[in-house]
Amino acid sequence: MRRESRRSIREVLVSLPSLFWLSLFFIIPTLFVFAIALKPANPYGGIGSGWTWDNFRSLASPNYLIVAWRTIWISILSAAICLFLAAPIGYYLARVSARWKGLFLMLIIVPFWTNFLVRIFAWKVLLHPEGAIKKVLAFAGLVGPQTSLLYNAGSVVLVTVYTFLPFTILPIYAAAEKFDFQLLEAARDLGAKRFQAFARIFLPGIRRGLLTALLFVFIPALGSYIIPDIVGGPSGEMIGNKIAQRVFVDRNLPQASALSVVLILSILAPLLAVLFLQRKREKPESLL
Amino acid sequence: MRRSRFPFIVTLAVLFFFYLPIIILIVNSFNASRFESGWQGFSLMWYKRLFHEPEIWRAAKNSLLIAVFATAVSLVIGTTAAVALHRFARSRLQRFHFGLVYMPLVVPEILMGISLLMLFVAVGVELGLFTIFLAHVTFCISFVAMTVLARLQDFDESIIEAARDLGAAWWATTRRVLLPMLLPGLVAGGLLAFTLSIDDFVITFFVAGPGSTTLPIRVYSMIKFGSPPLINALSTILLAVTFTAVAASQRLSRTKR
Repeated sequence: MRRESRRSIREVLVSLPSLFWLSLFFIIPTLFVFAIALKPANPYGGIGSGWTWDNFRSLASPNYLIVAWRTIWISILSAAICLFLAAPIGYYLARVSARWKGLFLMLIIVPFWTNFLVRIFAWKVLLHPEGAIKKVLAFAGLVGPQTSLLYNAGSVVLVTVYTFLPFTILPIYAAAEKFDFQLLEAARDLGAKRFQAFARIFLPGIRRGLLTALLFVFIPALGSYIIPDIVGGPSGEMIGNKIAQRVFVDRNLPQASALSVVLILSILAPLLAVLFLQRKREKPESLL
Repeated sequence: MRRSRFPFIVTLAVLFFFYLPIIILIVNSFNASRFESGWQGFSLMWYKRLFHEPEIWRAAKNSLLIAVFATAVSLVIGTTAAVALHRFARSRLQRFHFGLVYMPLVVPEILMGISLLMLFVAVGVELGLFTIFLAHVTFCISFVAMTVLARLQDFDESIIEAARDLGAAWWATTRRVLLPMLLPGLVAGGLLAFTLSIDDFVITFFVAGPGSTTLPIRVYSMIKFGSPPLINALSTILLAVTFTAVAASQRLSRTKR
């Protein structure tokens, strides 16, 4: 009995620093966001007294709805492209010899040691009207002189894929490493076409990796701010830009909080869905 | 059975995609041309000009200062968190604790930035280097904890039991057995925290006050309002620094083994 209680005192002591810090600087700030979303703004950029639903009512304006819809489709499209590219790469990395595997993994990770802003800036330069890609495409006659590659939703998708692709490759590769490739040979022996075997045996086999990868790109994409800020322009704006505008341009903190509440809730939905899927799928397997 | 070449081709194409913008950026930093329109000869003029920008140096100093303190504090808190999560893994408190440590890794940066801003505004803390430090410690704790936890899980528990059986007290076991075995995990976690702190823009931008410019904030305002060749040069220097640091740490950890 004394041993038990000494153990639990020690547990609380060791857990206390992080519990304290994260409660103070993570949980409580999140509660403040929810509370301030229900406060009126005062004209001096501060928070007024009393309570109101107005900050949420004004979210129904068409301006916000367009941006919300764009945020969703940009995130879905970016996640889909990432998974589409990462699945064959994960497959390749799991099958190639150890020496090449190490080299390729290194080559995939190295560019992402560079600063996030610098990478986005590099794309801004590349996609610029005077930049290399525009020149090549114009020379090949694929785009007219007036077409802009920069400042639209397409450039946001491109840079989002660029930023998050490594984070989708790694979990898919980790899952593919554990996949039993003899299953593919068996499927081929039984007459499956190569793509059939890939789609119906390999992809379901690395399901957990695919779901993790999906979260790694979809959730940060929903909260994207700096990518659309630098390469998006007005026609590439996302929810994150709206939050930043309310904070930095018109200093309306309650409105910014209301937008953040919507973002928090829209992130919880896919997160819980994936957790649920992973749990549901696991049970029958653990019986085997 | 002949294997498809498709996965190999995708891998090569994606690697090209990864390196293209970075290589063009480095090449352009040595371009004498003011605009990105074509090569006009090799030049170091942008690097020279960079040295005469006092604000960049001030921002770099701020970044370094914050990173050092944020790394130190988050290393202590993150390591205690990892030890608690590992040793008392099955308890209810630790299940909550794990969720709390895990959440900051999932939440988009902008939400962390805005919620900390709301806290500081509501409590009335003046925004500046200190609030940036608090924010950096907050997100670094989770990364340190996860890195150290991964190392702890690879441990041979029996070594600790052996130490205790031989009469070592709790503190002696921690200092003489646990910490030395954890060292590579601590170095990795510390390096990660340091890089994350030096690199962070979004969260920092929300909790920075006037006059508390960090290097990424400076880079951002140069991207928005400054001259591109100057950023190319600064980016190339940052790239060189990161590569050297990572290569050095890899070399170190290899010779250790």
